[in-house]
Amino acid sequence: MTREEIIEKGQVVYKKPTLLNDTPMHYCPGCSHGVVHKLVSEVIEEMGMTDKTIAISPVGCAVFAYKYIDVDWQEAAHGRAPALASATKRLWPDRLVFTYQGDGDLACIGTAETIHALNRAENITIIFINNAIYGMTGGQMAPTTLLGMKTATCPYGREVSLHGYPLKITEIAASLEGTCYVTRQSVHTVAAINRAKRALRKAFEYSMQGKGSNLVEIVSTCNSGWKMTPEKANKWMEENMFEFYHLGDLKDKGAEK
Amino acid sequence: MADQEITLMKGNEAIAHAAIRCGCDGYFGYPITPQSEVLETLAAEKPWETTGMVVLQAESEVSSINMVYGGACTGKKVMTSSSSPGVSLMQEGISYMAGAELPALIVNVMRGGPGLGTIQPSQSDYFQACKGGGHGDYHLIVLAPASVQEMADFVDLAFTLAFRYRNPAMILADGAIGQMMEKVVLPPFKPRRTEEEIIKECPWATTGRVGMRKPNIITSLELRSEEMEIINNRIQDKYRKIEESEVRYEEFMLEDAEYAIVAFGSAARIAKKSIEVARAQGIKVGLLRPITLWPFPVKEVCKLAGQVKGILSLEINAGQMVEDIRLAVEGRIPVRHFGRLGGIIPDPDEVVDALKRLF
Repeated sequence: MTREEIIEKGQVVYKKPTLLNDTPMHYCPGCSHGVVHKLVSEVIEEMGMTDKTIAISPVGCAVFAYKYIDVDWQEAAHGRAPALASATKRLWPDRLVFTYQGDGDLACIGTAETIHALNRAENITIIFINNAIYGMTGGQMAPTTLLGMKTATCPYGREVSLHGYPLKITEIAASLEGTCYVTRQSVHTVAAINRAKRALRKAFEYSMQGKGSNLVEIVSTCNSGWKMTPEKANKWMEENMFEFYHLGDLKDKGAEK
Repeated sequence: MADQEITLMKGNEAIAHAAIRCGCDGYFGYPITPQSEVLETLAAEKPWETTGMVVLQAESEVSSINMVYGGACTGKKVMTSSSSPGVSLMQEGISYMAGAELPALIVNVMRGGPGLGTIQPSQSDYFQACKGGGHGDYHLIVLAPASVQEMADFVDLAFTLAFRYRNPAMILADGAIGQMMEKVVLPPFKPRRTEEEIIKECPWATTGRVGMRKPNIITSLELRSEEMEIINNRIQDKYRKIEESEVRYEEFMLEDAEYAIVAFGSAARIAKKSIEVARAQGIKVGLLRPITLWPFPVKEVCKLAGQVKGILSLEINAGQMVEDIRLAVEGRIPVRHFGRLGGIIPDPDEVVDALKRLF
């Protein structure tokens, strides 16, 4: 059968979302960003929000997210995306507003912006890619780097006496009165990808229903920064990251009542 | 006419009332002396119930300027206000807005520095306001009000210029202008623009892909040097255009002047009194008051150098604007500086003494 014949018979079981354009991505092979970009595109499209979405990109590996997903984008300074999102949503309350940030951006330099935007119950969603390392700058220690993990700025492994503890900012977010939905997901298997997509959809819907702020953490790999093959990085994530960063919903105020 | 009503209020309060009246869409700020009345007045006025203006107290000046950045991306008329230490914190966001070419208003009600300094008035942020302030090659359009009336009038003017050139504008006031009470006629009410008007006026804005147009992307990032140079050159061309078209200044008793004082804001008010005192003693002195500090009235100061024997730069700082005056004068006549520091405002008599001593 030719490609056209298959399409004609309605047998398409999978296709790239149209919001995800054909620009070649700069992400390393094996990186989780590509999968999350696809899920974000699918959810916006399925919600019919293409013409009503304003997204904020961070400084970090996802700095160029605006090149790949065809919605309106604002490129924030490092850590400041939640501040941009807060103002944008208040000024355009009927728009879908979300930020897309990494661990260094969100949990280190932008901790104040993150916590206060979430606790003001801004009707936004923060998508948080946690790969426990600074990818863009070449693999330095992040606030979420696990103890013992080696990076360019903790080459002998993260040590409490030198570097303190990894930060569970998602647990902090769940403790805030302003958050509606706080969840931790991953995208390393088909089942996990499906769960992450449902979580994104739920967060976006809550934000449009005015239920407060939402945080979707995606525990991710950085095989380049971790210096592993993509396959080994996934396995390492399962064995080490999930032990410290437990997957699942931490809070779902929207489902209560 | 109700709109022509004369009221008595502080400069900071005038900023708040003018913002509501000129159709401002959003104010984002953080308390700091001596400008907290801006946020306080807005909170008391509750414009979200009348014009629909958003008012939000941020967690820091870093956040408030980034809220302004986000709001400006969407084509809305947004502003913040702060005082010197807070404006230092805002420099990152201001640089991003200049780089992304966004219209917005930043009000700096200056206090003395450096560091935590004093809460008393000062003009020591002239360099920061006029020479960039943050990283990169950029300028703000800087307006210097010398009265509560000008605090009220410059809000709309600053927004007009900011949107005309897609560039952040700053009102550079000081603690004296912010805190003093004066008579003021507030500007007439102008409705906030509708979403349709914003989308028409700002086709570049991130409003969502209305009508399924192509995505709008606001960024100051470009990694390719060749492209980044083109962007920088375009921004510099815009600055040259602003320098040609938007210089504003006031002249006072310059017709027969043998000496000139150049002063802005509070210092210009003191200068006027000093001129009265000096003229009573037979010293023919006049005033050139730059209203736009950037663009600086270079041609006017240059022309002045052909008329007077010397120029005194009167500033409530250690001598900042004096550098721009010297550049404009190109060494043809003596240019001296007089100022007081630490939050002390010079009195007219010591300015006259300085005139006599320095020339």
